[in-house]
Amino acid sequence: MATAMALRLFGRRTSIAARGFSSSCETEKAAKDGKPINLFSAINQALHIALDTDPRAYVFGEDVRFGGVFRCTTGLADRFGRSRVFNTPLCEQGIVGFAIGLAAMGNRAIAEIQFADYIYPAFDQIVNEAAKFRYRSGNEFNCGGLTIRTPYGAVGHGGHYHSQSPESFFCHVPGLKVVIPRSPQQAKGLLLSCIRDPNPSIFFEPKWLYRLAVEEVPEHDYMLPLSEAEVIRQGSDITLVGWGAQLSVLEQACVEAAKEGISCELIDLRTLIPWDKETVEASVRKTGKLLISHEAPVTGGFGAEISASIAESCFLRLEAPVARICGLDTPFPLVYEQFYMPTKNKILDAIKATVNY
Amino acid sequence: MCREKPFHLPFFAPSSQILRLPSSSMAAAARRLSAASLPLRHHHLLLRPFASSASGQPPIAVETSVPFTGHKIEPPSRLVDTTPSELLSFFRDMTLMRRMEIAADSLYKSKLIRGFCHLYDGQEAVAIGLEAAITKKDAIITAYRDHCIFLARGGSLVESYAELMGRRSGCSKGKGGSMHFYKKDSGFFGGHGIVGAQVPLGCGLAFAQKYTKEGTVSFALYGDGAANQGQLFEALNISALWDLPVILVCENNHYGMGTAEWRAAKSPAYYKRGDYVPGLKVDGMDVLAVKQACKFAKEYALQNGPIILEMDTYRYHGHSMSDPGSTYRTRDEITGVRQERDPIERIRKLILSNEVATASDLKDIEKEVRKEVDDAIAQAKEIPMPDPSELFTNVYVKGFGAEVFGADRKEVKAVLP
Repeated sequence: MATAMALRLFGRRTSIAARGFSSSCETEKAAKDGKPINLFSAINQALHIALDTDPRAYVFGEDVRFGGVFRCTTGLADRFGRSRVFNTPLCEQGIVGFAIGLAAMGNRAIAEIQFADYIYPAFDQIVNEAAKFRYRSGNEFNCGGLTIRTPYGAVGHGGHYHSQSPESFFCHVPGLKVVIPRSPQQAKGLLLSCIRDPNPSIFFEPKWLYRLAVEEVPEHDYMLPLSEAEVIRQGSDITLVGWGAQLSVLEQACVEAAKEGISCELIDLRTLIPWDKETVEASVRKTGKLLISHEAPVTGGFGAEISASIAESCFLRLEAPVARICGLDTPFPLVYEQFYMPTKNKILDAIKATVNY
Repeated sequence: MCREKPFHLPFFAPSSQILRLPSSSMAAAARRLSAASLPLRHHHLLLRPFASSASGQPPIAVETSVPFTGHKIEPPSRLVDTTPSELLSFFRDMTLMRRMEIAADSLYKSKLIRGFCHLYDGQEAVAIGLEAAITKKDAIITAYRDHCIFLARGGSLVESYAELMGRRSGCSKGKGGSMHFYKKDSGFFGGHGIVGAQVPLGCGLAFAQKYTKEGTVSFALYGDGAANQGQLFEALNISALWDLPVILVCENNHYGMGTAEWRAAKSPAYYKRGDYVPGLKVDGMDVLAVKQACKFAKEYALQNGPIILEMDTYRYHGHSMSDPGSTYRTRDEITGVRQERDPIERIRKLILSNEVATASDLKDIEKEVRKEVDDAIAQAKEIPMPDPSELFTNVYVKGFGAEVFGADRKEVKAVLP
């Protein structure tokens, strides 16, 4: 049951021009009467539904009332009132701490951090307070209603502080869930799942796709399962794993590799912690080769965790070392973005090198 | 507090009362003086005002637009001494900054500057007034609206434009961009993207200065949006506890991106927010008031520790080039400030009424400044982009030998210098 998709080419000076992405070949999403909308609209729909279905849900952050800098929160304040949708002053630590408190009282606190690059002042609150609340109180208290949404990732001209991918910092913290969607339809379902999940979650939204990604998204309330990876392209020669905006790059590499006779299996991890090891292991047992790609710097990125895990569980099946095509170990650069990024050609090179190992 | 008002227009006052110079020969002398000292393209851009006794120019006493308001401190006098050449240098420097920012606007729109670009036009008086009160050994640190502070500290136009366009001769070698201008030899510590993060840094600079005992201070500039950051109060507490010679300058342009100050702060009286730390509210559009306040603050800080200055200022552009700047404030407000409080116009009126120069002299200065900026842009456009190997330099110190991998991690490697 293929769903239609629209590709919008975004003309840029650099070579990372087209970012298309595909839909899944799974049947779990019955996209019956979907309308083609972009990522920020899909997230907007999810937020509308979340606030509509739970009277104790709140959306807040910097500049969210007028609709947010990426338009994800348009219409919420008008519809649900300013006591449920409100702006905060410029203090990330305060926003998250406040959100944890709100969640501890049984509310659904949907906090927005305007750019993931700004999440670090809140890092202590997230790691030391949110992640450990249930554990240290022996399940007496929890802040499961906490969801932090934040745009992450490269956008072509973001530079050091509007392009970072900090997901791996949070993957190191038991007690949190980290979820990253690849497309509008996925985003809506995954965001609703995060909001309704009884654990604190961080939802990273690939900002490059906010306008660029257009897909048919059902208008009704639906949730997609967390901690379940999705095989979005079947293949037999090599397993590719990624998440977020990087999947569109991986997919382009798959298409190119197919021209050279290499059949790639592409997996969208979707939830980074707790991640779906079984799906990835099953795929690696089929193909015997693994390549992971993410925008964050390679050292200490989440690809390292996947690589080590798979090496442990599928050691004898692996026919080549696990490849990681990721951002370079430098701060996210300004003018060198096209050198830093894990581009289609780098991935293609690595696919060929791994397959021909 | 005034919660019910959507916006209370920042205070403005009619042109200051000025004393008149007696003879026109003085004015002619001033003109000759200023004409001789106009710098060529590569020379130090800013005119240094002459000491009044050295050049034989009688000082002009000017009253600031409004008196200073103090919090737990006796404010300085609103009568400020200046000289004709200082007035002319203020005019020239502010015109240069204004022109530079407007040219950067067009460069951004023609996609020669990419990424983020936060423009300072409207706020020039703060940069110039501050510079007039201090030396290059004092330190300044600010947030991302830093182009003009860089110029004020002695940076050149070519370096600025090269950095904005990401070229290799930029002040940060093209690796920083608009938000990260630095100039070590004149105490400019940048240029910071994360809001509020520069304030504890500034207090740290002051801590070091206290050890050197050279009678220098640090100015940590931040905006009304950053004033609500927790780290600011942490740094303020430490500075007050240890009597550090730091001056926190809140450049209050009344909008944190699109959020008006009264929506973000329970108390938008930022000069009072230090509580136990004294503060001064200053008309940030009056360069002489800024100069007086900064001089006063420097003397205070060297004796007693931190002080907060709130500069009541205004930016004509939006927050950055992606913000039109008109969705959260009315065009009337912007034109109102431009008409009533523009810093360059204030100095122009002072110059003309004191007969320091004629209107056509000032027009000539404006033309020259325009040409200077155009030449600098043309020069900067010719500078090549940095070499790709620069991607890996300066991650660590030279010689630590960390490795960075290229495309497939097996074959392409670079050992970091």
